[in-house]
Amino acid sequence: MTTEILGVGFIILASALLAWPLGTYIAGVFRGDKQWLDFMAPLENGILRTAGLDGQRQMDWKQNLRALLGTNAVFFTLAILLLLLQGYHPFWNPNGFANWEPTLAFNTAVSFTTNTNLQHYSGETGASYLTQLMVFCWLQFVTAATGMAACALLFRGLANRESDKLGNFYSLMLRSATRILLPISIVLSLALTATGTITGFDGLTEVTTLEGGTQLVAGGPAAPMVAIKQLGTNGGGFFGPNSAHPFENPTYLSNILENVAILLVPMAMVFAFGSYLRRRRLGLLFFGVMTVLFVTFVSVSAYQETVGNPAMHQMGLATADPNLEGKEVRFGPAASSLWGVSTTSTSNGSVNSMHDSHTAVSGGVFLLDMFINAIYGGVGVGFINFFVFVVIAVFIAGQMIGRTPDFLGKKIEAREVKIAAIVAIFHPLLILAGTALTSYLQTRNPDIGWLNNPGFHGFSEMLYENTSAAANNGSGFEGLGDNTPLWNLLTGSIMLLARFVPIIGPLAIVGALAIKKPVPPTAGSLQPDSLAFGTVLLSVILIIAALAFFPVLALGPLAEYFTL
Amino acid sequence: MSTPQSSIFTGPLVGSALKESFVKLDPRAMIKNPVMFTVEIGTAVMLVVTVLSAFVDDPSLGTFGYNSAIAIVLLLTLLFANFAEAIAEARGKAQANTLRATRRDTTARKLTGDGAQEQSVSSAELGKGDLFLCEAGDTIPADGQIVEGLASIDEAAITGESAPVIREADTDRDSVIGGTQVLSDRIVVRVTADPGGSFLDKMIGLVEGANRQKTPNEIALTILLSSFTLIFLIVTVTLQPFAAYANAPISIAALISLFVCLIPTTIGGLLSAIGIAGMDRALRANIIAKSGKAVETAGDIDTLLLDKTGTITIGNREATAFYALEEDKLAEFNQLALISSLSDNTPEGKSIVALARKQGAAESPRLTEGAAFIKFSADTRMSGIDLADGRQVRKGAWDAIKRWGVRSAEADKRYLEERVSEIAGNGGTPLALAVDHEILGIIQLEDIIKPGISERFERLRKMGVKTVMVTGDNPLTAKFIAAQAGVDDFIAEAKPEDKMQYIREEQQLGKLVAMMGDGTNDAPGLAQADVGVAMNSGTQAAKEAANMVDLDSDPTKLIEVVEIGKQLLITRGNVTTFSIANDVAKYFAIVPALFVVAIPGLDALNIMRLGSPDSAILSAVIFNALIIPFLIPLALRGVKYRPVGAASLLIRNLLIYGLGGIIVPFIGIKGIDLIVNLFL
Repeated sequence: MTTEILGVGFIILASALLAWPLGTYIAGVFRGDKQWLDFMAPLENGILRTAGLDGQRQMDWKQNLRALLGTNAVFFTLAILLLLLQGYHPFWNPNGFANWEPTLAFNTAVSFTTNTNLQHYSGETGASYLTQLMVFCWLQFVTAATGMAACALLFRGLANRESDKLGNFYSLMLRSATRILLPISIVLSLALTATGTITGFDGLTEVTTLEGGTQLVAGGPAAPMVAIKQLGTNGGGFFGPNSAHPFENPTYLSNILENVAILLVPMAMVFAFGSYLRRRRLGLLFFGVMTVLFVTFVSVSAYQETVGNPAMHQMGLATADPNLEGKEVRFGPAASSLWGVSTTSTSNGSVNSMHDSHTAVSGGVFLLDMFINAIYGGVGVGFINFFVFVVIAVFIAGQMIGRTPDFLGKKIEAREVKIAAIVAIFHPLLILAGTALTSYLQTRNPDIGWLNNPGFHGFSEMLYENTSAAANNGSGFEGLGDNTPLWNLLTGSIMLLARFVPIIGPLAIVGALAIKKPVPPTAGSLQPDSLAFGTVLLSVILIIAALAFFPVLALGPLAEYFTL
Repeated sequence: MSTPQSSIFTGPLVGSALKESFVKLDPRAMIKNPVMFTVEIGTAVMLVVTVLSAFVDDPSLGTFGYNSAIAIVLLLTLLFANFAEAIAEARGKAQANTLRATRRDTTARKLTGDGAQEQSVSSAELGKGDLFLCEAGDTIPADGQIVEGLASIDEAAITGESAPVIREADTDRDSVIGGTQVLSDRIVVRVTADPGGSFLDKMIGLVEGANRQKTPNEIALTILLSSFTLIFLIVTVTLQPFAAYANAPISIAALISLFVCLIPTTIGGLLSAIGIAGMDRALRANIIAKSGKAVETAGDIDTLLLDKTGTITIGNREATAFYALEEDKLAEFNQLALISSLSDNTPEGKSIVALARKQGAAESPRLTEGAAFIKFSADTRMSGIDLADGRQVRKGAWDAIKRWGVRSAEADKRYLEERVSEIAGNGGTPLALAVDHEILGIIQLEDIIKPGISERFERLRKMGVKTVMVTGDNPLTAKFIAAQAGVDDFIAEAKPEDKMQYIREEQQLGKLVAMMGDGTNDAPGLAQADVGVAMNSGTQAAKEAANMVDLDSDPTKLIEVVEIGKQLLITRGNVTTFSIANDVAKYFAIVPALFVVAIPGLDALNIMRLGSPDSAILSAVIFNALIIPFLIPLALRGVKYRPVGAASLLIRNLLIYGLGGIIVPFIGIKGIDLIVNLFL
């Protein structure tokens, strides 16, 4: 047990320690500082020229937003076409997979364009290697880079003094991919290959099992995709069981590598904020607020998994304590809990255990992670979500000390509050409306066949699926028959809205802040890097998330917990 | 809240406020407050349900008795919120009425034609630009500017200050206020505002709520509160299908109760009362703000420009010591100092007379009879007297006396020179006194710094406000006084352009600047400053340019203005925090109550151990309603501002209103539940 806890502590600490220098490096990339990777510049310029994009022009927030939406629209169109027409391409499809059903293609194209990677399909039984690489793997790079570039625009807007120019989205996105994600992915995929994660282009391999029967085993270029899936908070597994599958995540060591990879860039983005704005203390405070929540959630979940399921105890089924159902024995309950909290808080969505089989409280914790969706959060977008909480916290705290609120010297006024409030309520709106619709349909027709479990747990399954889509997380509670046209269209629409509204809103806020004249701090100003403000921020996060979702948590995980 | 509440809830005020509470139920008025408007809709729905449940036999509607209890409590919530606003307005009105009492219709002696003919008209008929005449005993019929003559005026009706003031044409003190009384002399005044358009009329409108516009911060807060309302609307509406799935049907009464409890009704109900009370506090401090925004901005001021004279120092320089060259000649010094200053009407001159008298000197008719007073002239920079016995007495600046030609010994001069530079170095002004080109000694004039002023500056510093002293003194003296008074910066040898320049530079850095002024040459600065406070005694131009007018013409008032602004924001922020924090306890009361029948396990969430689901919901709604009147005194008085630094202030308020906001409703709801269960 002690070893397990030490393992968990090690992963968190290692991630934070690696994230610190990475954050400084990322800030440098965003600022365009000189770097050893400058030899990439001709390649980057070549790509921009080929695409006919101007990577030099300094653009305001609206122009950058158009660039962001435009490129993402192209990504989506290409992805859905490749999926719909998968059956026609003659190469890299050794298993001869056919065209995709339209609603599933829509859902999947949205899912990968939005960096969600919610998978209503199973990779090894539906996606050709070309699809895996050219749709999934490609999008895992560029959508992560999209998020980082959006965050870079946000940093710039906060740093600006009366200038509306936030930088160039194309160049920021490209450099996020070539100078941050790509190099780390290469290192990680080599390391993973060394620990036994597979890489290859063969089709199904026929193997003889120990019992003497034969079995077809799927293979493929898993290691590179696993690397970017974790680093870019994508989470879309090469194989259906995701990182619980031994080809993706073979050992305890590979598990450590992958878990660090999940947390690395999201944590680094927080430090990058501190470094970019030369407000390292503030960056640390934000990191501290997130970490308080993170460590608390990990502790609660790990404790619950270790204690196990009371119902099993009563039946005398589980003599040993831990709840091992749905978990890989090579990882154990603590590491599975850590992964669960990591993947849900960072909007990653890869899994190394069955979230459906975690205890009720752990399930609730995972949901809470996604309700908040800003504990480190998805690459780039996590910090952007966090920024929305910061705006609201600043607005409330500023008044409590008798000044009209400002953040980093920029006055937070009606326009900023309005946008932040819309973004903040948008998340619960999507989740609650989606879950209300599916609950209603399920109640009206109990034989609809979606739920593996009745009652509270079934409710949690529907809630989880909607939440996962709205948080652009992509993990599944599973146990839900989700590859139906209704779920495909519903979660597809939720993912689309949940990705872009929370990018547009905050960009509009910083667009407005960027042109404001900064107010110099005085003894009466709110010090955002004070513990007192950290407390306000923590309370605002908890209150917005907890207050909006308390009833659903009560009806799902809490009802289950108290009833067991 | 321990201070007596009688001052807030006085009889007649409460009566009219109670009536207003019902009038304000009009949805057209209610819609301006989105939070309470949704409560009104909820109440209306609840009333319909209550009536239906009396006639229709449908168990899902709930019982008539319970429904009517909830409906009544919801209605009370609305009335309490309306009452808060009404009482704030009533207090404002009461304050305004005392001011308005001064502007009863009076007869005005209007001058027509080329100003030659006089005509008696009602003051209400005076329009902007009209001329009228006032003589001793007349009440001034309207605000205006003196174009001819001078008069002493009793402004007690407006300012409460009993000492009469002098107002004179073509000076910086040429404006008069309607309702004040001329005590002596005769003036011709030009009306500066149409009836109903004077500063006072505007201010009365602001406190009465009629013309009240939401301030920018109030608008932003309203948006935030509306979005909280929207979240909880979503939460409540979606709860219906969830509950259906869980086989735990929820009654309409319970749903509406949950909604009303969760939305921020406490701050929603008190928001406008807080705003009005802020304006009212300004008015009580005898400040007429032209907009609510100005008061709000005052709380944000970074830099405060203060005139030295009257603000930092008491009036003018005073003589504080005489230094005679020869000790035994002190008596002669005293007498000559007295005699030479008798006809010097400057404040300095008067203070020399006072000091000499205090030191035992007496007038001597023998010397003054037939003596010729020499007036101060810019040319010689000396004043004095040529005595009857032929002696010439002169006093003036050291170098001016020296230039007069001094026959004193070199050693004496050197000794005196040391004294002179010592006095100057200490912020004082040395004057030399000489008789027949022989220097007798030095008079020390000093600025008397107001007692307690450095504590006020310290307080401002803790608020984060930088104080700047503006003075005509030379830099050396200015520096000394600045240091002694504890201001952060000073502008010495200041001309009006310098003030303007300073304001611009500070604003360039993004700072908000406040200044106070009275003269016409202050007008550009008052207009440029983010908060410009004109003294009531000042010129019309200054008053037009400023966004506040101080009826007391008290230069230290700026400090109060800043505190009133801060208090306004803090009260809003803290009540918001309290209101939202309350939701935690309300959830723990209502959510288990909603589902406990269908899901018995959820009784574990009923940590308050409330009697029954029905009593739990009712108690939460009652608490939600009662907290509004409980907080009215706080809303009206404002949360006291403590200049203890931003971080400690935040922690303090978080503990009281944040943590308190979580704990108080747990206790309150439990208490109410115990009582409710006695009746159920």
